[in-house]
Amino acid sequence: MRSREDKRLQIAMGHMLRFGTTIAASIVFVGGALYLVQFHGPVPDYQHFHGASSSSRSLGAMVSGFFDFDSQSVIAFGILVLVATPVCRVLFGVVGFSLQRDRMYAAVSAAVLAILLMGIFARR
Amino acid sequence: MNVLPFSLVLCLTSIFAGLLGALTGLGGGVIIVPTLCLLFKVDLHYAIGASLVSVIATSSGAAAAYVREGYSNIRIGMFLEVATTLGALLGAYLTATVPADWIGVIFGVVLLYSAWTSLRKPPTVGTSLKWDPLAVKLKLRGFSPVAGKNEQYVAENVPAGFGIMFVAGTLSGLLGIGSGAVKVLAMDQVMKLPFKVSTTTSNFMIGVTAAASAGWYFNHGYILPGLAMPVMLGVLAGSLIGSRILVNAQVETLRWVFSIAIVGLAAEMIYSGLTGRL
Repeated sequence: MRSREDKRLQIAMGHMLRFGTTIAASIVFVGGALYLVQFHGPVPDYQHFHGASSSSRSLGAMVSGFFDFDSQSVIAFGILVLVATPVCRVLFGVVGFSLQRDRMYAAVSAAVLAILLMGIFARR
Repeated sequence: MNVLPFSLVLCLTSIFAGLLGALTGLGGGVIIVPTLCLLFKVDLHYAIGASLVSVIATSSGAAAAYVREGYSNIRIGMFLEVATTLGALLGAYLTATVPADWIGVIFGVVLLYSAWTSLRKPPTVGTSLKWDPLAVKLKLRGFSPVAGKNEQYVAENVPAGFGIMFVAGTLSGLLGIGSGAVKVLAMDQVMKLPFKVSTTTSNFMIGVTAAASAGWYFNHGYILPGLAMPVMLGVLAGSLIGSRILVNAQVETLRWVFSIAIVGLAAEMIYSGLTGRL
């Protein structure tokens, strides 16, 4: 057990998580302010399921909407940054355990990363 | 109602849900989903989408504080995340096939179970040192600071714990919650890890687990930016305030009051599901 190195890895992960959440929450906040400025009408129909519009579904549309200051794309982009934060934590695991020459846990982290990427990028 | 007042009311409600989630230890997700469905009449899939986003925010936002405490175990967490993320993929897939009413009933049952575990006193099981050979091989052990000195612990019943973690992941993906109560059950009751190690490690696992189903949620349009925005910001703010209060306050009475409210929400959720109104 190399508990000192584990501790360092954990602290790095903790800082990264807080940093990612702060960035994500700021983007969502700005997008939210923009959204409240752009939309004045009655609340859209949330009671029945229609699915989100494409501007907040696909990465390409989200990014192009982000640069057009489309508020929904900005919020969706912030949420994407939020989702990426724990994925980064697992990436830290792959790197950190490799540096410790802990092959088993570098492999376990890589497996978790592969499952996460499958969930994010797999299309059905 | 217009967008601005609706968003403000939703944000305030979410702050309250986040506060409640932190004080009871249940997490914001299990409270925000029934609130959105029952009070705001939001479609269940939109509700679990908004909730999942807030769950990731809460888990990551609280992380720095948990690291400082020094209980969480990254190896045990990473190993069990293999099970929870696989479960989360299955759970997310099931959201498209299981009827909404069934999801509501399952939700109510999980909510009842979570409320019950939050009222239970943290068990004072002495850490056993049975040196389970599988756990030792997988390095599922560590030191936990007890009364100034480091006490060693080793996990037990690894396959059963791994299996329950898969179920916890499935519930997380299906219901848009962190399912912290089931994760703690696997670590503390089944794998016999110290209570503090279980709860803090579970907090880290919640974000990673939820991230696994987020892709599916995005692709299937469960995440509505206009709805998720006030919920995510509110729950995050509420849970951060809640964890501050938790350090200073006597919360035993509060816990009881809240738990009774939660039992009410759970009953309403099950009833709505059974009568086909979700």
